[in-house]
Amino acid sequence: MNIAVVVFPGSNCEHDVVHALRGVGSNPKLVWHRDDDLSAFDAAVLPGGFAHGDYLRVGAIARFSPVMAEIEAMAAAGKPVLGICNGLQILCEAGLLPGALVGNRDLSFICRFVHVKVESTKSSLTAAATKGRVLRIPLNSYQGSYTAQADVLAEVEANGQVILRYCGPDGTVDDNNNPNGSANGIAGVSNAAGNVVGLMPHPERASEPILGSTDGKVLLESFVSALAEA
Amino acid sequence: MRLRIEITRRPGIADPEAVTVTRALRELGFDMVVAVGMGRFLLIDVDEADPEAARAAADRMCRQLLANPVLEDYSIEVVAEEVAG
Amino acid sequence: MAEPQHRLLGMTDGEYKGVIGLLGREPTDAELMTYSLMWSEHCSYKTSRPHLGVLPTENPRVVVGPGTGAGVVDIGDGVLVALRIESHNHPSFVEPYQGAATGVGGIIRDILSMGARPIALWNQIRFGDLDNAHNRYLFGGVVAGIAGYGNAVGVPTVGGEIAFEPCFDANPLINVMCLGILRAEDLVLGYNVEEGAVAVLLGAPSGRDGIGGASTLASASFSGDDQEKRPSVQVGDPFAAKKMIEACLELCERKLLVGLQDLGAAGVSCATSESAARAGKGIDVNLDAMPRREEGMTPPELLVSESQERMLALVDPKDLPAVLEVAERWETQAAVLGTITSGDTMRVFENGEIVAEMPAGSLADGAPLYERPAEKPGYIDETWADDPELPAPADAGRVLLDLLDLADLGDPSWVYEQYDHMLFLNTIVAPGNDGALLRVRGTNKSLAVSSDGDSRRCYLDPRRGAGRLVYESALNVAVAGAEPIAIVDNLNFGDPEHPEVMWQFIETLGGLAEACEALGIPVIGGNVSFYNSTAGGHIQPTPVVGMLGLADPTPPRPPRLDAGAEGMELWLLGGDDTPDFAAGAYAKVCGAALSGRPLAADPEVGRAAVQAARDIACGGEAAVVHDLSEGGLAVAVAEICIKSGVGARLDVDDWRAVFTEAPHRFVAAFRSVPEGIKKTVGARRIGVLGGDMIEMGHLAVVPLAEAATVWREAIGRRMRGA
Repeated sequence: MNIAVVVFPGSNCEHDVVHALRGVGSNPKLVWHRDDDLSAFDAAVLPGGFAHGDYLRVGAIARFSPVMAEIEAMAAAGKPVLGICNGLQILCEAGLLPGALVGNRDLSFICRFVHVKVESTKSSLTAAATKGRVLRIPLNSYQGSYTAQADVLAEVEANGQVILRYCGPDGTVDDNNNPNGSANGIAGVSNAAGNVVGLMPHPERASEPILGSTDGKVLLESFVSALAEA
Repeated sequence: MRLRIEITRRPGIADPEAVTVTRALRELGFDMVVAVGMGRFLLIDVDEADPEAARAAADRMCRQLLANPVLEDYSIEVVAEEVAG
Repeated sequence: MAEPQHRLLGMTDGEYKGVIGLLGREPTDAELMTYSLMWSEHCSYKTSRPHLGVLPTENPRVVVGPGTGAGVVDIGDGVLVALRIESHNHPSFVEPYQGAATGVGGIIRDILSMGARPIALWNQIRFGDLDNAHNRYLFGGVVAGIAGYGNAVGVPTVGGEIAFEPCFDANPLINVMCLGILRAEDLVLGYNVEEGAVAVLLGAPSGRDGIGGASTLASASFSGDDQEKRPSVQVGDPFAAKKMIEACLELCERKLLVGLQDLGAAGVSCATSESAARAGKGIDVNLDAMPRREEGMTPPELLVSESQERMLALVDPKDLPAVLEVAERWETQAAVLGTITSGDTMRVFENGEIVAEMPAGSLADGAPLYERPAEKPGYIDETWADDPELPAPADAGRVLLDLLDLADLGDPSWVYEQYDHMLFLNTIVAPGNDGALLRVRGTNKSLAVSSDGDSRRCYLDPRRGAGRLVYESALNVAVAGAEPIAIVDNLNFGDPEHPEVMWQFIETLGGLAEACEALGIPVIGGNVSFYNSTAGGHIQPTPVVGMLGLADPTPPRPPRLDAGAEGMELWLLGGDDTPDFAAGAYAKVCGAALSGRPLAADPEVGRAAVQAARDIACGGEAAVVHDLSEGGLAVAVAEICIKSGVGARLDVDDWRAVFTEAPHRFVAAFRSVPEGIKKTVGARRIGVLGGDMIEMGHLAVVPLAEAATVWREAIGRRMRGA
């Protein structure tokens, strides 16, 4: 079971993601953004970083990379596709996930641990988790604030496509526990089918005890299990 | 009165974002694109009937806050004498 | 009569004569421009070199000492560590965001030039007080610039230092430090470059950025009217830098290059001449081959342009096609700029004609050296004789809160949460602790790094102040469980043409050297920044020490400031609590003048304290090990309490013991007190963690929540203008 970890010029979390995916027993391989053949792969991850410098709009240039046609095909075929941070931004620009990411409410980069609540287990990222469970995972981004037009937002909520929501350590969802001003505190979303998923926080940064939290593991484990089932 | 202010990179100052966008457009097949200049624009509505006074104030706004004179140039245009409101 | 061209470029008449002597004729425009940059203070170290020899630079671990891209040490298991520190002071005053950003870019390229992957950054930034709007603008801009570049280029910023002092109002200091990792076989030294090797210019096209940068910005003090200095500031492009890092590392890994140099001050002229001279060769440079961003650039401009994100690779001709392919794949421009020749001459061509011909070695090494006069400043004897009788606090609790409210003592998370400090999954102990602890994957080892400066103490006594910094920095890595193994230093001073500043400089070097010798730690690199002065005066002497420590193996439970818990015993270890208030934070909050003479370091106690801290940190019984510095014991304990969320009851009754800043001391909070702890140097039990108050004996009781709020808001409230 092979996972493609896509590297754009400017991506920087690809080695971390490979390390963490290996840690949950999968077979990740780095794939360059100009590769246009992902037929050997059963799943794909778009890691964090600053693809194409985040210039023009985050993810706007990356979505046209040759590899994205394959990513779209994988998504359509029901294979698991995961976007982390910059990866989520790219999937939104490419229309594979609803909504968009804009600048943090406080206008500066945020690098700290946050808490997110599992809102739905019907996605390739959360199938192995328990609904309501609170996870402590790092958030590291400038443009992490999720937004969508009102009707899209309503649909995303109604369809159970919100998979992770920012919360307090005890699970309380409110403005105080919303680190970046995301609409409805949304931290992670899926497509309607649940195979394409994305989140702003970095699960790979919470995958070993020495890093301060292993709460990210359950998300990566879900994704790897989804491979076997897809 | 509505003023339109355009803020652009001063000539000679590197603009990596514009370079990246130029490249991306050409890669999408727009061979005709030779260069891209990027900047910001602001629309500012002011409660001031005298265009010269408005311009002068806008000029001070640019120098004090809106533009960074180390890196940027700016231009000011009156686009509407009255703003429907 | 018009001022001669050489003087306009900052050269002295004597230096100009020296150039004529070397060339046997008057220099061309291109040659004059090149010598003016290469012989500027910033590039040639002509004032500092005669004195830097006092620093110890060798030991069995040192692979590369001072003088090249970065210092390199061997940490075993076939792994080398590269470390470098640099300043970007003047450009950051002119344009704080881009000045800081390009400072980060520059130091990353230095590490890269050794064949190492840059994996961590630190910065040490100093400004005037934050109650001044302009200082808030500079501080905010610099932090944003470091974040903007560091985050985007993909190198985590894992620590640093901030300080606020009036002398930095018009002369902020922005120092940056970078660490890289490489396998021993990937080290690029550039000594074995053969005749016929090609010099390939990689990276961004060249413009007029920084023309005159090294000579006009870094070697000149500000007159107050900065308009004419404005065009020189460069704009950084972290995206281009990231692509170039990956391209260069691939070239190194695949052994496709024989030399690698970054382009920094003095641009092409420096990189080409140094690359050739290092190999004992000459070089032919063809300016026509340089990709440019602007029209009509002249040879002098092309030679000294400081456009960012450029590197020079020396390549065996047979490898050239492969090198060009790698560059293209990483969207990095590559141009064959020149060829290495036998002999020792650098020849520069434009349109087939020679526009410059100079002995390659004379550029980097030919500047005349200056033994500038040094004279003890008038203020020294007065201040040393002064014994500021500081009053006992009317309210010790209030004093503690005032200390926690100081912008340089308060919670630095306002700063470091803007930096991605988690990228690469190596950060075991994060910013906010005494030193960062980074694991070295593939080994059982970790690296601890601390950076420390103290301009107030160094003003009062440069020798003692600088020496104490070395001990403090060593202790900061020891409390993470590491052995201090190497130092880099960034020496920030005023105008060296003033004898008092030279005295401060020489005394500082003496203090650093003594401490490094006593601790057995070699200096593997450094940077000197002079001319940090304006009409209003010079900065306080500000040496900044960057300390590298090796934890082998990584301690099983690395101590952290937030690991304290109810019931843990607090012990104070190391030196005595001798009153030492000169330059201390207590004097600052009392509004007392900066006066008196700080205590000197005690080499025996200092060494013992470093060893003891390390043993305790590695032992596993201490949850917290924390170095005492500004604000003494009171602040150190308060920091532990605030971060751990638990109060403390201290058995202390003498305000002097609680606020003194005597050196070589650290605090430990034990899960279980080790047997034989009493045999450790200076060990005394001082209290216990618990409750929700910080109780300092009968001196004060401060609610933990109040201390926490004050500490957390110290920077934030000032930046909001509150």
